[in-house]
Amino acid sequence: MTEPADLALEQVTKVFAGHRAVDGVNFAVRRGEFFSILGPSGCGKTTLMRMIAGFEMPSSGEISIRGQSMLGVPSNRRPVNMVFQNLALFPMMNVGENVAYGLACQGVGRAEREARAVRILERVGLPGYEERQVTQLSGGQRQRVAIARCLVLEPTLLLLDEPLGALDLKLREHMKLELKQLQGAFNTTFIYITHDQSEALVMSDRVAVMNKGCFEQIGSPRELYHHPATNFVAGFVGDANAWDVTPNPSLGPGLGVTLVSGADLRAHGRIGAVGHAYLRPEAIALAARIEELSGLPNRFHGKVSAVLFDGAASNLVIEAEGFAPHIRATLPQAGALAGVEVGARLAFGFSAEAVKVFPA
Amino acid sequence: MSAAISSGQGRAAARLGLFLLLLPAILWLGLLVVLPHVEMAILSFSQRIRAGVYGFGFGNYLEFLTEPLYWRTFGRTAIMSILVTLITLVISFPVALYIAKVARGATKPILFLMCLIPFWASELVRTLGWMMLLRETGVASYLMQLAGLTYGPVELLYNDGAVILGLVYGGMLFMIVPLANALESLDDSQVEAGYDLGGSGFTVLRRIIIPHAMPGIVAGSIVVFMLSVGNFVTPVLLGGKNGLWFTEQIYAQFITRFNWPQGAAFGFMLLLLSTLIVWAGLRLTGQGFSETLRRS
Repeated sequence: MTEPADLALEQVTKVFAGHRAVDGVNFAVRRGEFFSILGPSGCGKTTLMRMIAGFEMPSSGEISIRGQSMLGVPSNRRPVNMVFQNLALFPMMNVGENVAYGLACQGVGRAEREARAVRILERVGLPGYEERQVTQLSGGQRQRVAIARCLVLEPTLLLLDEPLGALDLKLREHMKLELKQLQGAFNTTFIYITHDQSEALVMSDRVAVMNKGCFEQIGSPRELYHHPATNFVAGFVGDANAWDVTPNPSLGPGLGVTLVSGADLRAHGRIGAVGHAYLRPEAIALAARIEELSGLPNRFHGKVSAVLFDGAASNLVIEAEGFAPHIRATLPQAGALAGVEVGARLAFGFSAEAVKVFPA
Repeated sequence: MSAAISSGQGRAAARLGLFLLLLPAILWLGLLVVLPHVEMAILSFSQRIRAGVYGFGFGNYLEFLTEPLYWRTFGRTAIMSILVTLITLVISFPVALYIAKVARGATKPILFLMCLIPFWASELVRTLGWMMLLRETGVASYLMQLAGLTYGPVELLYNDGAVILGLVYGGMLFMIVPLANALESLDDSQVEAGYDLGGSGFTVLRRIIIPHAMPGIVAGSIVVFMLSVGNFVTPVLLGGKNGLWFTEQIYAQFITRFNWPQGAAFGFMLLLLSTLIVWAGLRLTGQGFSETLRRS
């Protein structure tokens, strides 16, 4: 038999006053994995994490850590530690005392406690910070203290509840890398909760997308991005043009759909009487003349109505017949169309596989 | 030139305005606090030389030290007040914790109101209420007989227990309010983090909740201690002849024996005592006085 998963959830459900906040969730996390739970606010991800940490008990289902059931085990007896959204550092203790708190609870002697606190603070890049007050630290340093305070206990699982939310953009980008490196260095299993898809995609080995209390899809960031399994995942993960469509069998072979606004597309996926189609802006090829796009089954003429400049993530808004209100394509940063201006006429096209269709 | 003059006049006007605003407070402090204390201080050092003639001397303070009844009453008042403060703290802490952290929605103001309602009646009425409960023919005695706990009527009044009960009852509100205020600002996630990192309920209480509530604990304790030390009605009515509260000695000197210099000296001893104990309490808990005032 293979070694049990670090964390396994089976049919975990939590009901609050008749509302199913978490509804029949199943998943397992391997040892040393960086696993993220991604979902919009109110999807139940925080409730799910609080059940893993032991602050809430599931209404039904099983939570086990390394094969041991955690039902009825209080949070202070679980091999799980949590980095809180606001970090929850203890302001009445200095950095060293914060880190040593958990060891003191385990009954570790003072000398060893202090030595281990010093060592872990060195490993997270805060050497000699033991005597500092928590209020004297910058946002990134506080973050590292919060993580060190958990990792010093060598937990089986480290839970992180949107810990980067309060940081500014530059620091957040930096901490993403740092968290990933820390996870590699300590080889601890991380479970990371976020509503920010970029955090989830950049750091995770696997991501679970959660919506209305259920898991929509579990997969690697690439799988989620390129092969979304459901309507929700296609719309939530990454940027996409989204349209309501109806089937149009006359376009065959393969799946043909007609947008409500009129355009006929060759597409990929399944559809019922109605459906949704998603097309990523970067999957759209642009050209000055439509003949240059002859390899693509979907080809249209359009006019640039706006340029939304945002560095590498810049988009063109294109007005084209049959696409209402418009279609967004990634702004080419090199080549003939690099300097395209508002009002320019151009051609655009995309493959059938790029148009993902799901039943409504 | 004229601008400078007018701005100078403006500044003078502003200063006058500030002075007028502060005037009521200055008058109150000066006439009702500072002046009587100066008067009392002078009075406490005047000593009777012969009938109708008084001179400067430490006789009143020496009298306090040489007469055991006085300093024993004094010590007893101090110790019992500290005890009252501790009991009030222990009883009020869970109540304040419940109000601040557990009660939700409309329950919170209702609980605060329930703490406040007894104070709508005067202290005298409240104390008389306790007398009705505790006296030999009172409710408590009757219930105990009914339950078969005793065969005859029991006198529960006129002992130290009754005095402490009355003082704790009177002090609870003044402990609960600053405690609940201090605990309210405690972030729930800190308590959760305390448990999550392996702390037991006791560890979380000792290392996270109590340190956070410390300014409230100190503020509430100072108020309750001061109210107990300076209380007169409760020890007299509930303690009776056994009350032996130091305020009774002051009362006796001023009113019964008409020995104002002695009463003034006692008054100053009481002021000194409470100041010393509050100072010691602040030192012991490592709290600054100004910080305590700021945070409570």
